[in-house]
Amino acid sequence: MAFASLAVSGLRLSLSAGLVALALGVSPAALLAGEADPAAILRIGSLYEPQNLDNTAGAGQGINEAFNDNVYEALYRLADDGAVEPVLAAGHEVSADGLTHTFTLKDGVKFHSGDPLTAKDVKYSIERVIAEGSKSSRKKSLAPIAKIETPDDRTVVITLTSKSISLPYNLSYVWVVNDAAGDITGKEDGTGPYALTGWKRGSTLSLKAFDGYWGTKPENAGAVFSYFTEAAALNNALLTDAVDIITSVQSPDALSQFSDTSAFTIAEGKSTTKQLLAWNDRVAPFNNLKVRKALARAIDDKKLLEAIWGERGTLIGSFVPPTDPWYVDLTGVDAYDPASAKALLAEAGYPNGFSFTLDTPNYDPHPITAEFVKAELAKIGVTVNINIITANEWYEKIYQKHDFQATLQEHVNHRDIVFYGNPDFYWGYDNPKVTGLIAEAETSDTEAGQTERLTEANRIIAEDAASDWFFLYPQLVVSKAGVSGYPVNGLNAQFFLRDIRKEG
Amino acid sequence: MTRYLMRRTLVLVLSLIAAGLVLFVLLRLLPGDPAAALLSVGADDAQIAAVRAELGSDQPIAVQLGHFLADLARFDFGRSFVSNAPVAPEILSRLTVTLPLTLAAFALALAFAAPLGILAALRADRWTGAALSALSQLGLAVPVFWIGLMLVWIVAVRARLLPASGFPTEGWSDPIAAARALALPVLTVALVMGASLLRYIRSATLDVLGADYLRHARALGASFPEALIRHGLRNGAAPVISIIGIELASTLLGAVVVERVFALPGLGSMLVLAIAQRDYPSVQGVLMVTTLLVLLIGFAADVVQRLIDPRLRAEERGAS
Repeated sequence: MAFASLAVSGLRLSLSAGLVALALGVSPAALLAGEADPAAILRIGSLYEPQNLDNTAGAGQGINEAFNDNVYEALYRLADDGAVEPVLAAGHEVSADGLTHTFTLKDGVKFHSGDPLTAKDVKYSIERVIAEGSKSSRKKSLAPIAKIETPDDRTVVITLTSKSISLPYNLSYVWVVNDAAGDITGKEDGTGPYALTGWKRGSTLSLKAFDGYWGTKPENAGAVFSYFTEAAALNNALLTDAVDIITSVQSPDALSQFSDTSAFTIAEGKSTTKQLLAWNDRVAPFNNLKVRKALARAIDDKKLLEAIWGERGTLIGSFVPPTDPWYVDLTGVDAYDPASAKALLAEAGYPNGFSFTLDTPNYDPHPITAEFVKAELAKIGVTVNINIITANEWYEKIYQKHDFQATLQEHVNHRDIVFYGNPDFYWGYDNPKVTGLIAEAETSDTEAGQTERLTEANRIIAEDAASDWFFLYPQLVVSKAGVSGYPVNGLNAQFFLRDIRKEG
Repeated sequence: MTRYLMRRTLVLVLSLIAAGLVLFVLLRLLPGDPAAALLSVGADDAQIAAVRAELGSDQPIAVQLGHFLADLARFDFGRSFVSNAPVAPEILSRLTVTLPLTLAAFALALAFAAPLGILAALRADRWTGAALSALSQLGLAVPVFWIGLMLVWIVAVRARLLPASGFPTEGWSDPIAAARALALPVLTVALVMGASLLRYIRSATLDVLGADYLRHARALGASFPEALIRHGLRNGAAPVISIIGIELASTLLGAVVVERVFALPGLGSMLVLAIAQRDYPSVQGVLMVTTLLVLLIGFAADVVQRLIDPRLRAEERGAS
């Protein structure tokens, strides 16, 4: 291994120096400390094992982490700072009416199977996501696509029924898959810098740098993701040098174990995961704006964030995280103010408060949040009955049947303010102005126009207290010292491997 | 004995079928929708309906039961709702972790519980016996995951002697790595299992020590060890064997906790995840296999007991 690493790193040491090192019992690689080792295999610990390997077949967030931009590439990528960058798209032209998008593909791109990338593969890949059996949550955002044509191998022409400014962004979710691949729930055929070499369910997933990759070679030779179900076991794996990086620390208490900065690096980024208290805005008393505003003012979000995440995490005041282009600081809207909460509640016709049931998912941090909410609302005379449910029950009772008064949930996606433009969504927020702004934003001619409208929608939902947004989770990645170049924000749970350097 | 074996086999098969039926019905009484595991927030009603149709979870229970029984008769557990992979090979792969874990823990537990249990009985009125008894009581009282966490902390995190968790990707093709990965989990289970076995063996030995036949054997000139081994062991073993069967079965089922603590890709961790996701084919597959194993253990314990205890065989002859 050590010799292999020397050879690839361009023989910075003479062979005799290597032999001296061997004679002294020091590995030659150790002499390279401080330099990235391009032969290194990254060992990554994660809590999110994919359920299968197809992101349109309900694989869960784990597949984004392992595969997005690592194994599969798309026409565009959502970079770690929230920017949308071209990957397989070499050019993009839009017709004057905004309905015809012509994408030119990069030359010389090969799939891991050796097949060349053609326009037909791109057409096939988009159709997979919008197909009838697709379980992709992005299906709806690609609905304006009327037809996809491939006049030649390098050109994809997408015709829309209505303008869609987010088309490149939405295409960043569409893996480009070889059209000959067939069922990819257990295998892959992408164009990314890494190919899958093994997947042992319940344990590990292994990737190796792909020799035929069209772009710049990665800074490492591959990665092995090890999956854990217990956060304590995950932390121990890093402590015992069984992994190099853990992708998301779930509790601030665990961080104290990694406080030795000579051995570990802690990176805190901004996630896209928002914890919120969703009212069922269809039912009384939550159909009353004053009630929602009163309750929002009665809960001290800052104290809650500190209780759960200590010094970390971000207050947001709305549903939009800072990595979305339409972010504005709305923490001042319905800020903590128990006195005005009580007054508003009386104005709304509930001077003596009321009681409601809070459906609470049974996993962290929801149960502790529910207790906090209960204590805060008790101070203004509102009684909370906590009803603990499983994730699966949540989906059926709340998401599908809308059978609830209020619930706690975390929403993980980037740019998901669009949910407030859908009156049939589980929380039942229905403001025609917002629905209109969100629809118009999509048909804007420019990104500035889109941003302007969505910023406006963002302000309105905050003023309407459509839900009560507590905070944005911190994104905490911990690595061994000497490992660098990993994404800190991890938008949509992505974990780009190509720039990660591990010192020899 | 042949008649007994045939009858016992019939009971085993009927129990398995009954367990399958109960399992099938109970699983579907749980609230929750298998479609939820495959869809996320953002899916529309049409997508939900399509997933249900694809999984067959929208069909009447009677129809689903028919499919289940027909598949079971062919030893086919179907495909996972969630991963879309066939369930049977996945179970076999998980068994290569769970079975060695259970059997090795059992062997280790027996290896220290048997001599220590007998010693505790022989020295019952001395401090060694009392200490062993107290230690085994402690072993029973402490939860298995706590023992696991402590062992990880001391042996893996502090002393770095063994890996803290995980199982090699290559499985048993690297036997040393696999054995090292299982060492701490085996020790964890063996400590808990051994503690309870020790207590049973101690009390069985105490019963034997007070028995008339032992005194008679000694009166007839047998030395104490000879009397104990020739007469005592055989008499004392019978009740212990049925306890051993139960212990072995409960360890197999209790592997869930240990597998989580040590991040092992075993049957237990597969089951927990499958239940949370309402992945019916996987839950049914795992539980049918574990039920079968538990029934086989019971079967073996019964047969062994009959072999060493002529009184049970006599009952048999009397009955027929």
